[in-house]
Amino acid sequence: MRLPPSVPIFLLLAMPLVLPLGAHAGYVFDLGARIAILGIAALSLNFLLGAGGLVSFGHAAYLAIGAYGVAILDANAIHNAAVVVPVVLAASLVFSLPTGAVALRTRGVNFIMITLAFSQMVYFAAGSLADYGGDDGYTLTARTTWFHAKPLATPYGFYATCVALLLGCYLLCRAMVASRFGRALRAIRQDRQRVQGLGINPFSIQLTAIAIGGMMAALAGALLANAAEFASPAYAAWQRSGDLLIMVILGGAGSVHGAILGAAAVVLAEEALGSVTEHWRILYGPLLVLAVIFFRGGLAGIGRPKG
Amino acid sequence: MTPQPKLSLRGLCKRYGALVVTDDLSLDVQRGTIHAVIGPNGAGKTSLLNQIFGSVTPDAGSVWLDGRDITDLPIHRRARLGLIRSFQIVSILPEFSVLENVALAAQAKAGSSFRFFRAAARETVLNDAARLALAKVGLTTVETTIAGGLSHGEKRQLELAIALAAQPGLLLLDEPLAGAGVEEAARLIGILRALAGECTIVLVEHDMDAVFALADTVTVLAEGRILASGSPAEIRQDAAVRAVYLGDTC
Repeated sequence: MRLPPSVPIFLLLAMPLVLPLGAHAGYVFDLGARIAILGIAALSLNFLLGAGGLVSFGHAAYLAIGAYGVAILDANAIHNAAVVVPVVLAASLVFSLPTGAVALRTRGVNFIMITLAFSQMVYFAAGSLADYGGDDGYTLTARTTWFHAKPLATPYGFYATCVALLLGCYLLCRAMVASRFGRALRAIRQDRQRVQGLGINPFSIQLTAIAIGGMMAALAGALLANAAEFASPAYAAWQRSGDLLIMVILGGAGSVHGAILGAAAVVLAEEALGSVTEHWRILYGPLLVLAVIFFRGGLAGIGRPKG
Repeated sequence: MTPQPKLSLRGLCKRYGALVVTDDLSLDVQRGTIHAVIGPNGAGKTSLLNQIFGSVTPDAGSVWLDGRDITDLPIHRRARLGLIRSFQIVSILPEFSVLENVALAAQAKAGSSFRFFRAAARETVLNDAARLALAKVGLTTVETTIAGGLSHGEKRQLELAIALAAQPGLLLLDEPLAGAGVEEAARLIGILRALAGECTIVLVEHDMDAVFALADTVTVLAEGRILASGSPAEIRQDAAVRAVYLGDTC
């Protein structure tokens, strides 16, 4: 039997939790948590892009929505995840349903542009929240808790939580892609009118996918705010939406686990190249070009037979 | 009193600028029959199918299915009422396996696509329905093949299997025999004839032999209007039809 490729990925992610890391523990957990959080965001975008063919160039908006959900509740002294998480998910729906409904009236390049425009609205809206730091962002007073427990307070607990959530989101995405819903979504990407002609409403399927993807990315945003103990309008910047797209495409949009590989590759490349030169993007660009040319099907496609 | 027609078109009009493709067209399709629509190129046959299917909205007039006005219903709502179309340019899903193509139709028929957790590929109800349809068109042996890799003839068979799995009440067929060889055409005609007992079929076709062999009623279109409508025998005898159409090809 062939081992699913996700198994070694998660074994690798679990290793820091059981190995003695000594003095490096803080660094490893910090880096690992970033991979896991951006992995969740990339998974959610991959659900839209890989399965649904919906190229959203505004997915970072949900990171900011999640982060500001945490920040605004923090300012009101609410830290319990039992409140924070539902509020964050609901906030993402308030954004995703109307903007998704409008964006789905368009296709192709127009869809890309309209999602970009909506995310820029979030960017500027976040910057105008004078009570929550405006352009400077908002520093949290405390991390999110679970009633009286504080699982996010230690680097170990924070990392473990992020990996557990990543695993949960991964399993959820995989199940959804294979489900009736995912089948309909994948079919619409290939031939919209064919699917509609069989009696399935493409609009409601795609809008549901956008809502689900948005909630997952907002969860990642809430974790991001906790990781930095900071919420910034920059979380919604278009560059970050671009980074998420790079993760998905580099990882391989054709598979679910590719998004995690892509997130890991981007975070590690930034880290490695950033230690060489502060102008690391000069090296990063050509590497991306090479990766896209030589790894058809992304990192997840390496070693898979061509065809 | 005559029984309620399966499909009624009332005063249907569609124009693109100065070009009139459907000109005040009224037509009844009786339940359980095969109704062929023929006519020279540009007569408005496919435009007519598009208006029944719902991808084109008529400028005026109405479309009735089972006595219900469906003129303003979107495509998927019409499909839920049993109105299924098979396309002239085969529109199978190229990345799906043959089985999954047909299972999707069974899924659409079976009801909700809003199920998020159970693997659809393991739903035996859907797979069984799909295999039944594949068996009817003779594609059982290639069910795991990726549909994009099928031969043209196989794609046409698959297209038909998809329509069968959707269990249509009214099936619109746009040139199902176009480009088919003699043997393949004979097979497809056999499938369609067997299907006629289960549903009503509106057929647009160029192959006159097939039309006269299959159809209970033939409607001849020219320039968006009905030139003649009647049994195959009547149409063969019709002088106007012979002049405009049959004379050209026979």
